Amino acid sequence: MNTTTLKQDANNVSAGKESLTGIAKQNAKMSRYMVSPSVLVLMLWMIVPLSMTIYFSLIRYNLLYPDDNGFVGLENFEFFLTDESFSAGMSNTLILVGAVLLITIVFGVLISVLVNQPFWGQGIVRVMLISPFFIMPTVNALVWKNLLLDPVAGVFTAISKFFGAQPIDWFTDYPLFSIVMIVSWQWLPFAILILMTALQSLDQEQQEAARLDGAGPWALFRHLTLPHLARPIAVVVMIETIFLLSIFAEIFTTTGGGPGYDTTNLAYLIYSQALLQFDVGLASAGGLIAVLLANIAAFFLVRLVGKSLTDK
Amino acid sequence: MLNLKQRRRIQSIAMGTLGWLVALTIFFPIFWMILTSFKTEIDAFASPPQLIFSPTLENYLSINERSDYFHFAWNSVVVAFGSTIIGMLIAVPAAYSMAFFETKRTKSTLLWMLSTKMLPPVGVLVPIYLLFRDLGLLDTRLGLVIIYTLINLPIMVWMAYTYFKEIPKDILEAARMDGATLLQEIWRVLLPMSKGGLASTVLLSLILSWNEAFWSLNLTASEAAPLTALVASYSSPEGLFWAKLSAVSTLACAPILIFGWVSQKQLVRGLSFGAVK
Repeated sequence: MNTTTLKQDANNVSAGKESLTGIAKQNAKMSRYMVSPSVLVLMLWMIVPLSMTIYFSLIRYNLLYPDDNGFVGLENFEFFLTDESFSAGMSNTLILVGAVLLITIVFGVLISVLVNQPFWGQGIVRVMLISPFFIMPTVNALVWKNLLLDPVAGVFTAISKFFGAQPIDWFTDYPLFSIVMIVSWQWLPFAILILMTALQSLDQEQQEAARLDGAGPWALFRHLTLPHLARPIAVVVMIETIFLLSIFAEIFTTTGGGPGYDTTNLAYLIYSQALLQFDVGLASAGGLIAVLLANIAAFFLVRLVGKSLTDK
Repeated sequence: MLNLKQRRRIQSIAMGTLGWLVALTIFFPIFWMILTSFKTEIDAFASPPQLIFSPTLENYLSINERSDYFHFAWNSVVVAFGSTIIGMLIAVPAAYSMAFFETKRTKSTLLWMLSTKMLPPVGVLVPIYLLFRDLGLLDTRLGLVIIYTLINLPIMVWMAYTYFKEIPKDILEAARMDGATLLQEIWRVLLPMSKGGLASTVLLSLILSWNEAFWSLNLTASEAAPLTALVASYSSPEGLFWAKLSAVSTLACAPILIFGWVSQKQLVRGLSFGAVK
């Protein structure tokens, strides 16, 4: 079967449409069964663990005392929400997501516009720009923590010494800022990758026409480029928010949430309560709060981009 | 006075130079990691850091000394390919059906699948951990394969869906007229026509599974630990092995970097759920 004969056949299809409806109906019926495995496994993936989390959050359950469990109502939530670790975890989560989003979107737009003009070595420049996105998070964290930010032999220390400045002990003095920095390094390339690709479909003739009409670079950027990037930016915000809300490996391998609670976000807090302190009840309550938070974010995000995703 | 052409030229050179500077800055940590992997431990920890040194392959040759590198690498391979193959087997039929037999519910099903990605992993960490403990799946490759299949499935369905959408329905109908069964239609017509798209779906799934570092750190210990966990083990303060860390990291990242470079354009579609092409 090759495509040319197929195309010829396609022309005959309208003639034979009557006899086709029977087959089509049959296939449509069969195709419904083809969606069900996906829907089924994802349904299980959502419902089973989530209902277990809800159940655990309402009982006393510590893995160290597995037999001592009784219904405690909302006590776990009360403990989780009133502990100082929660407010720290909450604000760190929001700062981390907000700061990284801001950095990656602003610089992502600027850099992708910058490299959209043709110049020598454009291909290599683009490859270098997107590379950090493909580095695994644990490598990212350890390379930054040791090779770059180490207060004794790190590259940043050498740079500050070169300029005669006092070297900075990044992870001790500015722990959250350091985390923001290394996470941004990973996600800025993602923004660049998406925005760079989106810019390639920008109408060049329209730009040329506007330029001939005397529009300056700022006007071009403001009235042609930015509106064109609105949807891709919304997509970047959505995807990044999903992943940034649960940043874990970068914290796990560098600071372990410390010093104190300075770099503990919700994901790390719940992990430490579950697998370091074995308090399943408390961790489940925290997990549900994380789910709630993600749902609030998702509500707005899907509203923001969901429509443009399916309207095509 | 410069004319327009000259001005454009100068502008282009200035933009190009700036572009190169930005790119080199962003790429520097990777460059430095690769460079450090060829240093001796003493050179690696030298202060100030050395750009010129006598390179050594020692770190790569002794990569198995501290821990069995190939054991971890093999786990990464098995888990990434296992979850990708199973994921494709579930995702392709679903995407086919949604692309060619659209019903009222198709759009909401697609959006619902996307919404499962928004469930934060910490929200289900505890039950999954306990379920895995009771089912004997903790620290097994099978366990990770199951999890990765589930977390990547929505992206795979979306990506395959957007590629299938571009194939004219008529061609499939013509095959059906020729008496092709459903399986023949998918195998002989649909798959050959969407090879490129499905290849990049596979690549994206491999990349995401290879780099996943929440479940791999929490659900594995030694038996099934992939490379993400091996690298994380270097964070313990038992002594600084920067050169060895760099060598292991370089090896662990190299295949995925190359995959990413090769397929950057197509990945955008999957990563943006089809919104950017």
